[in-house]
Amino acid sequence: MEWLERNVPKLVLAPSFVAILIFVYGFIAWTAWVSLTRSKLMPRYELDGFGQYTRLFASPRWDVAMNNLYIFGALFIIISMLIGLMLAIFLDQKIRAEGVLRTIYLYPMALSLIVTGTAWKWILNPGLGIQEMVRGWGFESFAFDWLIRPEMAIYTIVIAAVWQASGFVMALFLAGLRSVDTEIIRAAQVDGIPTRRIYSAIIIPTMAPIFLSAFIVLAHLAIKAFDLVIALTNGGPGYATDLPATYMYAMAFSRGDLGQAAASAMIMMMVIFAIVVPYLYSELRPRRDQ
Amino acid sequence: MKSVLAASTAMMLAGPVMAEPTAEVLHWWTSGGEAKSVAVLQDQFKAEGGTWTDMPVAGGGGDAAMTALRARVLAGNAPTAVQLKGPAIQEWYEETGLADIGSVAEENGWADVLPAQLAEHMKCDGQWCAAPVNVHRVNWIWGNKQILDEHGITQPTTWEEFNAAAEKLKEAGVTPLAHGGQNWQDATIFETVVLGQGADFYQKALVDLDPEALKSDTMKGVFDELRTLRGYVDDNFSGRDWNLATAMVMNGEAAFQIMGDWAKGEFLAAGKQPGVDFVCWPTPGNGFLYNVDSFAFFNVEGEDKQQGQKLLAKLIMGPDFQKTFNLNKGSIPARTDVALDEFDDCAKQSNQDMSADAEDGSLLPSYAHGMALRGAQAGAITDVVTNFFNSDMSSEDAVQQLADAVAASQM
Repeated sequence: MEWLERNVPKLVLAPSFVAILIFVYGFIAWTAWVSLTRSKLMPRYELDGFGQYTRLFASPRWDVAMNNLYIFGALFIIISMLIGLMLAIFLDQKIRAEGVLRTIYLYPMALSLIVTGTAWKWILNPGLGIQEMVRGWGFESFAFDWLIRPEMAIYTIVIAAVWQASGFVMALFLAGLRSVDTEIIRAAQVDGIPTRRIYSAIIIPTMAPIFLSAFIVLAHLAIKAFDLVIALTNGGPGYATDLPATYMYAMAFSRGDLGQAAASAMIMMMVIFAIVVPYLYSELRPRRDQ
Repeated sequence: MKSVLAASTAMMLAGPVMAEPTAEVLHWWTSGGEAKSVAVLQDQFKAEGGTWTDMPVAGGGGDAAMTALRARVLAGNAPTAVQLKGPAIQEWYEETGLADIGSVAEENGWADVLPAQLAEHMKCDGQWCAAPVNVHRVNWIWGNKQILDEHGITQPTTWEEFNAAAEKLKEAGVTPLAHGGQNWQDATIFETVVLGQGADFYQKALVDLDPEALKSDTMKGVFDELRTLRGYVDDNFSGRDWNLATAMVMNGEAAFQIMGDWAKGEFLAAGKQPGVDFVCWPTPGNGFLYNVDSFAFFNVEGEDKQQGQKLLAKLIMGPDFQKTFNLNKGSIPARTDVALDEFDDCAKQSNQDMSADAEDGSLLPSYAHGMALRGAQAGAITDVVTNFFNSDMSSEDAVQQLADAVAASQM
């Protein structure tokens, strides 16, 4: 009985532990193995060195995909955080109907990315959306055709993704703003410190952990971004808006080039590790000040 | 109810006596006309006493079906018959082996009724392992007859003539070319232009992947022409589906579309008549690019399933099915001995050209539709073509990239 009591937590956790071991780490190892083979249609298991990686880095399409990831990731994270923070601060001013506004801003997050992508595809389509509408108002020379310009199309994805995610970031920040000790704020107000200084010197610095969480959430959304691209541009024009995830999908499922897909998946994972490992390290190390 | 009972009793009685042919058929013919076509096969199979398990997997132009196939093969439980085409048949043969249906082919004299080029696609290591269903011709120009008559445009026999006609239309304010910016559509136009440089050049460049041909001045010329054609497309083409481009021709918003003969289905479905409302012209240059749908047969256990494969193979190549199916689908029969009286003029011309081009060696597999090359190589070419079409890359860079990409994909 005593043994049972001691071991129940372990027994309860064991199935999910085993499942994670196999379905996450086991498959990562499997993918790593396949990425070192010449697998085409079906996985093969004879090791063949780093040929797939050489091919991957020589491919202009992969270059485009990685560049797009940097552009998209950086802009998406920065703009979403800025807009989210701004909205949160405005909503924090004890305004009327805050609940309604908060819900409105949060709603895009409830939509599937496929819906967001399709809606923005129509909005941004030069022949149907904004451009046509503004021209219809009489501004004949108005042009907003980023969607069909290869060098600009990636920014349309940033627009749609920011629209979707900034409400969520706002909710995160709003919770953070509310959790700051009101005593400190009152003390600062008594001392006659202007509101802007209160935000920049007291509230935002105490919210540092929230920034980190928001960053991690947004970064992994950016790296695994797939459905939005598929719905909005399908990687086009040409392959100008390919991201690593869409590249991997194309290789694995359209081209029958499993080795190449596995190699690109490994690189994606390493990019995620590069972001997550420092975060885990900073979270898990024993705090010296405690 | 009674008949169901009777039927099942009959099946139980018949069971032990002779293995009943069963077939599980994986395909991605799920849209209206296609589903109707495959139902024809299903009915015939049932009429011969077989049990048909339908396994339609829609999505991604067959990508989803191929994913399902991979899962089934890895699980050691391959479907009886799978819609596969082109070099993918041989690729699967190398991976897992395919069933030999040579006995059916011999018995029914397939070799005598199929053009040799097509028959070659149906063989693995010299053995019959797949059965062709139809032949789509890819290199067609579809034109709005009214617009063309209005501007006095006749069938172009060279790409220069096509350009001249397009310029004329453009000056008159008509969009010359309806096109959708999806990579396979870009690739379709590209391969028709390559064919315009001669069947030999097409064979060398897109079938044999000869590096000399890929880097040649002729190929540069192909990219120059592609750039010219880009100028005839309206600005709004990105991501447009092919059937919307066909609708533009139908509605007189554009004059031409370069597309395979599945586009004809759209015209016919809208009640348009070939030669009256629209024209079908082969693209400039002599040749016939084919896209053949076929069923491949995997190795399966069990007498009933093997019987099912044989019956299916026989029915697929039966003149009756070939006619009914292709009337529905808009393509032409793979068999050359099927009477075409009920087919439209475009199909008749397609059939005539196929026979003629089979003689002089200009009956060629379409690369854009996965008939000429394996996935990785075809994909590498398409990447370069679609990137060229959608950017301002120079033709010199394009040929260099093309040669590099093809070389890399062969590693």
